[in-house]
Amino acid sequence: MTVSGGKKAAGKVAYVNARLLDPAGGLDAPGGVLVDGETIAEFGAGLFAGGQFEVGVPDDAQTVDCKGACLAPGLIDIRVQLRDPGEEHKETIQSGSRAAAAGGVTAMVCLPNTDPPIDDVSVLEFVARRAREVKLVKVYAYGALTRGLEGREITEIGLMAEAGALGFTDGVRATADATVMRRALSYASAFGKPIIQHPEEPSLAAGGEMNEGEIAMRLGLKGIPAMAETIMVERDLRLVELTGGRYHAAHLSTAGAIQRVREAKADGLPVTCDTAPHYFALNEMAVGDYRTFAKVSPPLRAEADRRAVIEGIKDGTIDVIASDHAPQDQDSKRLPFTQAEFGVVGLETLLPISLELVHNGHMPLLEVLARLTCRPADLLGLRSGRLTRGGPAALVLFDPDRPWQIEDDELNSKAKNSAFDGRPVQGRVLRTVVDGRTVYTLDD
Amino acid sequence: MSVAHAPIDGSRFPHKHLLGIEGLSPDEITLLLDLSETYVEQNRRPDKKQSVLRGRTLINLFFETSTRTRTSFELAGKRLGGDVINISVSDSAIKKGETLMDTAMTLNAMHADVLVVRHPFSGGVALLAQKVNCSVINAGDGSHEHPTQALLDALTIRRRKGRLAGLTVAICGDVMHSRVARSNIHLLNTMGARVRIVAPPTLVPGQADRLGVEVFTEMAPGIADCDIVMMLRLQSERMSGSFVPSMREYFHFWGLDYEKLRAAKTEALIMHPGPMNRGVEIDSEVADDVGRSLIHEQVEMGVAVRMACLETLAGRLPSLAENDGDTSG
Repeated sequence: MTVSGGKKAAGKVAYVNARLLDPAGGLDAPGGVLVDGETIAEFGAGLFAGGQFEVGVPDDAQTVDCKGACLAPGLIDIRVQLRDPGEEHKETIQSGSRAAAAGGVTAMVCLPNTDPPIDDVSVLEFVARRAREVKLVKVYAYGALTRGLEGREITEIGLMAEAGALGFTDGVRATADATVMRRALSYASAFGKPIIQHPEEPSLAAGGEMNEGEIAMRLGLKGIPAMAETIMVERDLRLVELTGGRYHAAHLSTAGAIQRVREAKADGLPVTCDTAPHYFALNEMAVGDYRTFAKVSPPLRAEADRRAVIEGIKDGTIDVIASDHAPQDQDSKRLPFTQAEFGVVGLETLLPISLELVHNGHMPLLEVLARLTCRPADLLGLRSGRLTRGGPAALVLFDPDRPWQIEDDELNSKAKNSAFDGRPVQGRVLRTVVDGRTVYTLDD
Repeated sequence: MSVAHAPIDGSRFPHKHLLGIEGLSPDEITLLLDLSETYVEQNRRPDKKQSVLRGRTLINLFFETSTRTRTSFELAGKRLGGDVINISVSDSAIKKGETLMDTAMTLNAMHADVLVVRHPFSGGVALLAQKVNCSVINAGDGSHEHPTQALLDALTIRRRKGRLAGLTVAICGDVMHSRVARSNIHLLNTMGARVRIVAPPTLVPGQADRLGVEVFTEMAPGIADCDIVMMLRLQSERMSGSFVPSMREYFHFWGLDYEKLRAAKTEALIMHPGPMNRGVEIDSEVADDVGRSLIHEQVEMGVAVRMACLETLAGRLPSLAENDGDTSG
């Protein structure tokens, strides 16, 4: 495989013989896309189609034969930890961008839990500058909701919003103080930015290592009750009622919390949520014999919760699937379960694991893609995530059926802590295009 | 030096390590208990020395302090003729920041034959066992398992009651954090005993019924008609206001005294894995009642059980005759 950065966008490129997919427009048909420089000049069903020959490809355009593979808007991953600045031994903006490109992710949004945290404009600008230098995929960031992620004083939300922060969150820490959350929801609404919560009541989850239940009891590990998530979501929804602020619950993992969001949406509250692939592809059994690569926050839950997550994605309660990419090096994971860090890498497995929802008959392909493209774009106000004439040429070419086996050694991430090592999957990214530039092609 | 019995058939205990009771079959448990019986008799003779572990190196690696268990393993190893070394955290590199993986590599380089490990975190011993070449015995890992304690408890009960199947055993106290409780529940269930747990609701693990036990939160009904009342140690940090309000209140409701013991069978016996908190989970009068308390017998059985475990695992080691004729050890 090849990840190529820094190339200038070619002039015109015609993508022909594709199965063209645009979830926003409900398009799923044979067709093509003409990219001119950094933008989409033309696209549509039947474009360049003419039997054996490509009809209407401009003379000055380079042609890419998609050979019937799926061509769709590039994926947008709204929850990624890049560890840069501060923990560059785990991941950097460079290595994370390579992983994203290999995963068909053309835009990602990183959490502010770096060191120093992204709690003022200067750190935000540092991340943006590094991303421009790396020049692979689009890297956006959330600003810290509170100074130092300490959960007490709110940050300069307005200035950071102006500098490009897409939302505000304390990252992997819950904003536990109700008054802080109330003010944050209220204040951020002036700038149209959502507050993203890690929904876990910290005092109930304190010291917890995996889902509370029979397996935790047998292993002698301290459990985190599912109720810790439901309680925090319930409280926050009350504060949304009070303030009218935009609220986004990250990585929902429990039937209870999903049901509360479902009800809140029915009541018309400005609420959205996401989940991560491991919450619908795995359950607490994956912890097995103290497998630290299955130690995530929130923890992998019971089978009934896993099924509820799938139902939530199907009925639209869950708006977005995000990887919750959390790189950890070996020294953080090859430890007794209690001492190991939380988190798994996910950028490169986001698409194939999400496609399991299609292959297992839960949802049609367009519906799954919507939760990886146009829905996250709408949520955060991004122009990509859909095919539009004059819009950014951010595309992913993939074969939805191609079988392969996830192997952690072959990941582009610096850290190899995948929960899916060895898993046979279907669906492989063949090419990733950002602003007209091909940033990844699968060699084979 | 004498040999107590014929060598054991390795196919009857096909495990390299002893990491827990969960997963052991009734036959395997019976094998270990029967073997332990022979050592009980041996240990009461003036000449206690055996040669089963001659030339073998046994390392006691304790990441948590322990007197009883460590001494018991040390005696067991020495009585079997092995070379025993104790490493505890306070004088090891672990305190200087060496990781568990590095420790495993170091021990591999020392060519230990059997490693006895206690670790403060659940799964810590299993993790080490994955990385070392030798056999590993779990001497307690976090809140997970303490298999030799369950075996010695079972041996104690079996010698007094003649059987395990059909007995009713109440395990009382801090079940939630207890590795002794988990190992005992697995063992007693496997051997056909009826197991109850009796604890304040805050110290009952969630979904405890899934372990195949009956759960009681009151002592009187909990120990009613029991053959064995097994008390657990309450850790001091859990006594004041976190899991139970106070030591005084705990003793009032869950501490074992003669008053509460009346609910059990008249011939019911009392056990405790030690060390005891007198006046917290058990009244001194009950603990010291030689007619009913098995606490000192448990300690005696501990050495025999550990000898049996060491011999069983050592039986799987490569024969010393493979040392190119050099059998000097």
